[in-house]
Amino acid sequence: MRMSKSKDALIRVENVSKTFGKEKDKALELRRSGKNKDEVEVETKTTVAILDASFEVKQGETFVLIGLSGSGKSTLLRCLNGLIPPTEGMVYLENDDIAHLGKKQLQHIRRNKMGMVFQNVGLLPNRTVLENITFGLEINGIPAHMRDKKGRDAMELVGLNGQAYKRIHELSGGMQQRVGLARALASNQEILLMDEPFSALDPLIRREMQKLFLDIQDEIHKTVIFVTHDLDEALTLGQRAAVMKDGEIVQIGTAEYILSQPATEYVKKLVQDVDYSKIRQAKSAMSTVDVFALEHESPQVVLRRMKAKKRSSILVVNEMQTLIGALPIERVVELVEFHKQDLTNVKLERPMCVHPAVALREVIPLLVNRQLPVAVVNEQNRLIGQIDKDSLIASLTEQIDVDSGNVNEVLQKEVSQR
Amino acid sequence: MTMAITGIPRIPLDDWSNDFIDYLTESFSVVFDVINTMISSVIDSLEWLLMLPPPLVMLFLIVGLSWWLTNWKIAAFTAFGLFLIMNLGLWQASMLTLSLVLASTIISLLFGIPLGILAHRFDRIKAIVIPLLDIMQTMPAFVYLIPAVILFGLGNVTALIATFIFAMPPAVRLTLLGLQQVPHTTLEAAEAFGATEWQKLFKVQLPLAFPMIMSGVNQVIMLSLSMVVISSMVGAGGLGAEVLRSISLLDVGLGFIGGISVVIIAIILDRMTNFSAQKKANIS
Repeated sequence: MRMSKSKDALIRVENVSKTFGKEKDKALELRRSGKNKDEVEVETKTTVAILDASFEVKQGETFVLIGLSGSGKSTLLRCLNGLIPPTEGMVYLENDDIAHLGKKQLQHIRRNKMGMVFQNVGLLPNRTVLENITFGLEINGIPAHMRDKKGRDAMELVGLNGQAYKRIHELSGGMQQRVGLARALASNQEILLMDEPFSALDPLIRREMQKLFLDIQDEIHKTVIFVTHDLDEALTLGQRAAVMKDGEIVQIGTAEYILSQPATEYVKKLVQDVDYSKIRQAKSAMSTVDVFALEHESPQVVLRRMKAKKRSSILVVNEMQTLIGALPIERVVELVEFHKQDLTNVKLERPMCVHPAVALREVIPLLVNRQLPVAVVNEQNRLIGQIDKDSLIASLTEQIDVDSGNVNEVLQKEVSQR
Repeated sequence: MTMAITGIPRIPLDDWSNDFIDYLTESFSVVFDVINTMISSVIDSLEWLLMLPPPLVMLFLIVGLSWWLTNWKIAAFTAFGLFLIMNLGLWQASMLTLSLVLASTIISLLFGIPLGILAHRFDRIKAIVIPLLDIMQTMPAFVYLIPAVILFGLGNVTALIATFIFAMPPAVRLTLLGLQQVPHTTLEAAEAFGATEWQKLFKVQLPLAFPMIMSGVNQVIMLSLSMVVISSMVGAGGLGAEVLRSISLLDVGLGFIGGISVVIIAIILDRMTNFSAQKKANIS
């Protein structure tokens, strides 16, 4: 496994293993010698929940642990705040080794550094919404009036306004999870551990919560470690992900990297049903612009070009390659009739354009019932490419060729810069 | 001595028990005196408190309390029931019975709830406590009345100890059950937010177990009341003594009014404790 010790890592997990059962040494040894999880379980009656897991999480990053149930992802997450102490290995938070801290120090870290959100929320039914949200603050000995204020701020952040004095059982599942999220946010800790927080919700609510989470994350930039079994969710929310199987991390990388170069057969199977439109960006479907008009060209030339290429509409750029508009063919014909010399001072239509980092899913509706390709422009509004129906379909259906490493490397670089 | 069928000599369990009690009375009489004084002072002060206001004032106080804890219907029944007891001339006996019941309840809860918490915490304590509770509940009351009389003499203290042995187990059991029913995820969440063991106990476990503990309180009170007549056999006063007197006099009427007074007190206490537990449970 690739190990890079970068300085900006906030959390560093090094060779963490966790066993449940008596014969931990024998089980780990057998597991390392290549026996699989079930065989070791039968032989030693000891479960190897995590085996030599290593990864780093950078400040402000959303890191996803993904795997099927029983893959050890939730256990690994609990090693990060000491709810489950690892059998072997180190877990560093900045410079503290969490795996070997005393009870008091661990409590200090849980109160001040790491919040957590659970799949089953774990709210207190005898308390109101607000009292639940301020629970962490109360544990930390924050005085009541300050708790109240912070609690209300967190409530506003997750959209629970006006629900402060409701009882937990009066809320729907989605609302309860908002309370769980607010409870973790109220203490304003740097790190947020999320253990399948949205998995128990029905799909519509889940999507809503994912969007809410992304919005909040945009605002507060926490370092998040997110556990899920849902690949779509992992790719929507996370910048980087670690794929786990039987307690081992089988691949770590950006979404694009995992999709394009699955490390094992298992990952390949896992990713085969992925909705590419969500992950792939506009630039992966982009082709060079073959037909466009320059601002100073005469309408006649443009019309001839459009006829030759059978285009009913054309993009217009200035000499700086900046996209300034689009023209349908009828308008060009009109301009020719008026003996216009060039396209300056002509009223242009607003073209459909997207930035290269936009998800393809958002490009699709722009192409429906339109002849004109969607323009791809960079930050300076320069025309750098276009997406037409053909290239869109191609990029949604084809897996990116593993061997064309060049393209992938470029893509990855750009993705990781995001 | 009879020989058992198997040929193994009979185990002298009875002799051992006698020796044990003899040993206790000889060696620890000071300890039992102290316990005796403590318990009788609890009962006496409770009785003094209940008899302090004039009966009519006390009646209104109890009715007010039941109205506050429950609703007007139960308060109306309380008023009617207590008035009947007063009218039958059993007020003083009732107050003594009530103070015995309250004393045994207080002592049972004082031991029972912490024991339940400890049993939930430590499996070893649980392994010892649970069979002990079974013994306490199933052993016929007369069996431990005899040694209790030897150790503490006839009177309210012995009655209270017998009542305590019979009525305390539900306090432990239902505390334990209530704590066991606290969802693991809720506890884990509290731990993830840095709660200490004490914070977990007082902010999560006990509040969530509260309705169950309250039904334990209810059970303790009911079982204490059910011991009223039996405990009068070892010299406890109150309504039990009235019933016992009616048995020796073969006075059906006296027995009936004593019995009905016990029933009235039982219903009042049951509704008061049950309703407040339900109220709390409904909120949660």
